[in-house]
Amino acid sequence: MSFPLTTFILSIMTSSTPLLLAASGELVVEKSGVLNLGLEGMMLVGAVVGFAVTYHTGSALLGAFCGALAGMLLASVFAVLTLSLLANQVATGLALTIFGTGLSALAGSSYVGLAGPPIPILDVPVLSALPVIGPIVFQQNGFVYASFALLGAIAWFLYRSHAGLILRAVGDSHEAAHAIGYNVIGIRYLAVAFGGAMAGLAGADLSIGYNTNWAENMTAGRGWIALALVVFSTWRPFWLVVGAYLFGGIMYASLYVQGTGLAIPSQFVASLPYLATIAVLVAISRDRARIRLNAPACLGLSFRAAG
Amino acid sequence: MGDTAMLATRGETADRAPPLLALSGIVKRFPGCLANDGIDLEIRAGRIHALLGENGAGKSTLVKIIYGVLRPDTGELAWRGAPVTITSPAQARQLGIGMVFQHFSLFEALTVAENVALGLSRRDDRRDLRRRIAEIGQRYGLPLAADRTVHDLSVGERQRIEIVRCLLQQPKLLIMDEPTSVLTPQEVDTLFDTLRRLAREGCAILYISHKLAEIGALCDDCTILRQGRVVAECDPRRETAHHLAELMIGSALGTPARSARAAEGAAPRLAVERLDLAAERDLGTDLRGVSFTVAPGEILGIGGVAGNGQTELMAALSGESLAARPEAIRIDTTDAGRLGVRERRALGACFVPEERHGHGAVSAMSLSENAFLSGHVRKALSRWGLIDRKRTRGFAADVIEKFDVRTSGPAAEARALSGGNLQKFVVGREVLQAPRVLVVSQPTWGVDARAAAAVHQALLDLAAAGSAIVVISQDLDEILALCDRIAIIAGGRLSTARPTAAVTMSEIGLLMGGIRDAAD
Amino acid sequence: MLRIRLEPRGERSLLWTVASPVVAIALTVIAAGAIFALLGRAPGEALYTFLIAPLVSDNGPPELLVKAAPLVLIGVGLSLGFRAGVWNIGAEGQYILGAICGAGLGLAYPETPALVLYPAMMLLGVLGGAALGAIPALLRTRFNASEILTSLMLTYVMQLLLIYLVTGPWRDPEGYGFPQTAMFSPDATAPILFEGTRVHLGALTALAVALAGWLLLGRSVYGFQLRVLGQAPRAARFAGFSENRLVWLSMLLSGGLAGLAGLFEVSGPIGQLMPSISPGYGFTAIIVAYLGRLHPLGVLVAGLTLALSYLGGEAAQIELKLPSAVTGIFQGVLLFFLLGCDLLILYRIRLTRPRVLGAA
Repeated sequence: MSFPLTTFILSIMTSSTPLLLAASGELVVEKSGVLNLGLEGMMLVGAVVGFAVTYHTGSALLGAFCGALAGMLLASVFAVLTLSLLANQVATGLALTIFGTGLSALAGSSYVGLAGPPIPILDVPVLSALPVIGPIVFQQNGFVYASFALLGAIAWFLYRSHAGLILRAVGDSHEAAHAIGYNVIGIRYLAVAFGGAMAGLAGADLSIGYNTNWAENMTAGRGWIALALVVFSTWRPFWLVVGAYLFGGIMYASLYVQGTGLAIPSQFVASLPYLATIAVLVAISRDRARIRLNAPACLGLSFRAAG
Repeated sequence: MGDTAMLATRGETADRAPPLLALSGIVKRFPGCLANDGIDLEIRAGRIHALLGENGAGKSTLVKIIYGVLRPDTGELAWRGAPVTITSPAQARQLGIGMVFQHFSLFEALTVAENVALGLSRRDDRRDLRRRIAEIGQRYGLPLAADRTVHDLSVGERQRIEIVRCLLQQPKLLIMDEPTSVLTPQEVDTLFDTLRRLAREGCAILYISHKLAEIGALCDDCTILRQGRVVAECDPRRETAHHLAELMIGSALGTPARSARAAEGAAPRLAVERLDLAAERDLGTDLRGVSFTVAPGEILGIGGVAGNGQTELMAALSGESLAARPEAIRIDTTDAGRLGVRERRALGACFVPEERHGHGAVSAMSLSENAFLSGHVRKALSRWGLIDRKRTRGFAADVIEKFDVRTSGPAAEARALSGGNLQKFVVGREVLQAPRVLVVSQPTWGVDARAAAAVHQALLDLAAAGSAIVVISQDLDEILALCDRIAIIAGGRLSTARPTAAVTMSEIGLLMGGIRDAAD
Repeated sequence: MLRIRLEPRGERSLLWTVASPVVAIALTVIAAGAIFALLGRAPGEALYTFLIAPLVSDNGPPELLVKAAPLVLIGVGLSLGFRAGVWNIGAEGQYILGAICGAGLGLAYPETPALVLYPAMMLLGVLGGAALGAIPALLRTRFNASEILTSLMLTYVMQLLLIYLVTGPWRDPEGYGFPQTAMFSPDATAPILFEGTRVHLGALTALAVALAGWLLLGRSVYGFQLRVLGQAPRAARFAGFSENRLVWLSMLLSGGLAGLAGLFEVSGPIGQLMPSISPGYGFTAIIVAYLGRLHPLGVLVAGLTLALSYLGGEAAQIELKLPSAVTGIFQGVLLFFLLGCDLLILYRIRLTRPRVLGAA
């Protein structure tokens, strides 16, 4: 039996896309100095809203858009609490996860077990017929293309635009940014809203693209893995792609191995992504100098303008 | 540079035109403090105007109002005779006001060019940035490499970024807030040349400082603030430093009394020998081959510009950072280099770190708890793992009483105290532990004059009682007044210690600049 | 136009430290009423079912203690750690491993007399939870890895381990193929404190732990070290307190307590191991810790309050046919309101009119 390379790569890509989308959004948020641990909650809300809209309207695009919107709305609760009411960012992020998990379960209770419409594949004619590269690059669903486009846009924004420079400055030293006259809180609101939209989009991908159904807690920890990915990438977009695909690959591989019926108990294989996350975190974090150099210096710190 | 229609030279033309900036009746109140109490000020183009006053006199607040960071409660500002409301730094920059803050607004992880760009709000200003940075650098003696990351730069170089940021916007008024507290004497001269050139081109400069000698050397006009009010206007070139000091402080403060000197030939209490330490923080300075001794009853001063290893040295001495070799630090006869903080305290060494908030004391905790923080070893404040509350409270009350700490009692929170009072408490807490060795860093930073005098007297009394004291300070005046011998730390290396009576300012300046003397 | 400004108080307001949870609860009740209304249930009746009915029914108060015991046990451990900036988010996983270890002993030696067996099971529960808590401690102190993420990842792994055990090697051969172990023998079951109720030894232990925690936090040097570390890490170093040692102690303590809670729960109310042995106690305990102001006595009260939310959720499921997620939403909303109200502890709200300048 020949190894279906193309299918393998395609499956990894669809598996990695939610991770990449969520992590990209969180990258922008953290670059502005905010730590939003509520990714699981925002992704789940995006997933349930996305599924519901797609189920009723048949449009994946509308579902994706509404999922992103839902994520953004949830993120704004986080933003109000941490940016205006100065709540502790870790605790608020956890609250967001707990609330989002519960809210999505409640909202989705009538959608469990339903099957949504299959997601359209955007096929580029002629080019998609090329061997191996063809299907991988030119025959994907909208989410996969969006993940690359968005990451590219984010990288350009952060490193080539003046607005992105301001964002990075805010994350580096909010005191200095404020002293110069930048609206630190306003910029962070925008960043958090964007991160929420991306997380919602990632969740929508899970329920519309990668799967076409809704189940409670269907993210299974992907939000937390996305957070680890941002650390793994030392806050640099290129390494985010590497990390997302590495993890997407591990998650897919564990499913694949379970499917082949090897003698290993399925739970052991299923725990690989989580163990791998720990291993990767350790490997990156032990280089304290590198973390200090690349991590936004104000990450997680509350800011209050004096006077 | 400067507006040709208003080109001002020192002379009569300047007096007849309306002042560039006029403040009248400025009042600003903060909870618990009246920072500015009806201040009038006039600044003219082409002149260097000093704003003199102690810490807490209201200089920073006034200047933040001018720059739009704060709004006054009442009062008016007028720019070239026309009333104006400055609502934000961006608007101030638009008017033509530039400001170089005492604490730089720089972004460590970004490059010089990016940092400069962030200070410029108008897109036009950001065009062609590299070339213009190079041009200004050349013209005003402020060379900068556009692509270096800020965290690799020295403090003097960082200040240049701030200045270049301002100059790129062609300011008509440049405000400098305590610019020389972080510079070596040579760097100060370079800065003064730059400022004089700017003034010749018609730019007005508002120079905030508490350093009398500099003001006398540089400035044309001087306004003296005390406790939020203008107490004098004068020409600093015609006043003696002594008179300026009196006006600034408001009363004559006696110089601290020095009594007994160090016993000759006694064995050193503290001996540091070839101490090497890699900096922990990314931006820290490695210590290399630091050596010195301190005899009982002696006060050794370690001077130098901030950022040259003082923090690392303090951490190495206190035990917060461990040396590589145990014999690198000896307290009396014990090798202490690898001992932790508590063991060193048990040996009789006490410490006062640079920052009282968050390091020497915990802001949100009571004075009692803060007394336990460092006193639990030598004062036996715990038993069987439990805190002895009575003893702890008693110790705190003792410190409060003996060091005249103005507070409601041991239960008061540390953050409720003024800077001076908290510093008195922190120093007193260590002194009352009867240490054989005391290491103090920046003992009177940010402290009002009265409290500073009290701290100095406490240190002198402790030395008279036979303790060995090390004072690490950026304030040369303080070291020269207090210490028997002085050594200078630069780039993580320490010069040999010389008697303070025998050393000259230019020697000190050279050492601070990193030029080692032949004897090393 | 009015502007809202935050003015620092300069010190913590004692009034608001206590009032904030009360206000937050009140706001949550109002929000819950609104949510019930949106779901098509009469708010008043729904709130009664959710909040009051569980308390006045016959076995209401004892059931409250049963649900509160694990929350308080875990919550006390978490509150001490959180004060020191040690974020043990994986208490759920430590709970599971403690349950597994203790249950393993009980299932292996069911005939051993209770006086020997049960304390040994409790000990294993503590050791199991502590062992899992040791991993994030090691990874943080040696490798600077965030304990938030590592402890959480381990939770997912523990859940998988539990499923593996109850579907595989530990499955009850007489259980008709269901994924569960045999029931615990009477000797391996948690002793009941009050006849006719399910209130077990865990409730008493929780009370004792809360009192011990109070003593520890307020009077002991260790408690002081935790507080200093959380508020001013540099001052902790200055005082000679070792951050690494405190991280270890906090993780071992909170892990051990979570493991013990797990052991009590499976050897008590549940009676066996099965795939789901916790309705999210490890995560709800985080809310309990915050609601209790990170103070062991506060945790006691907060544990009872959140236990009510579990009972209410169950009642809502049965009486009002609402999904179980209602409990999660209530808890999440409560934490939101609490975090918002906490602002008032350190700041005052001031409404200001912008000054008109130049009117001088």
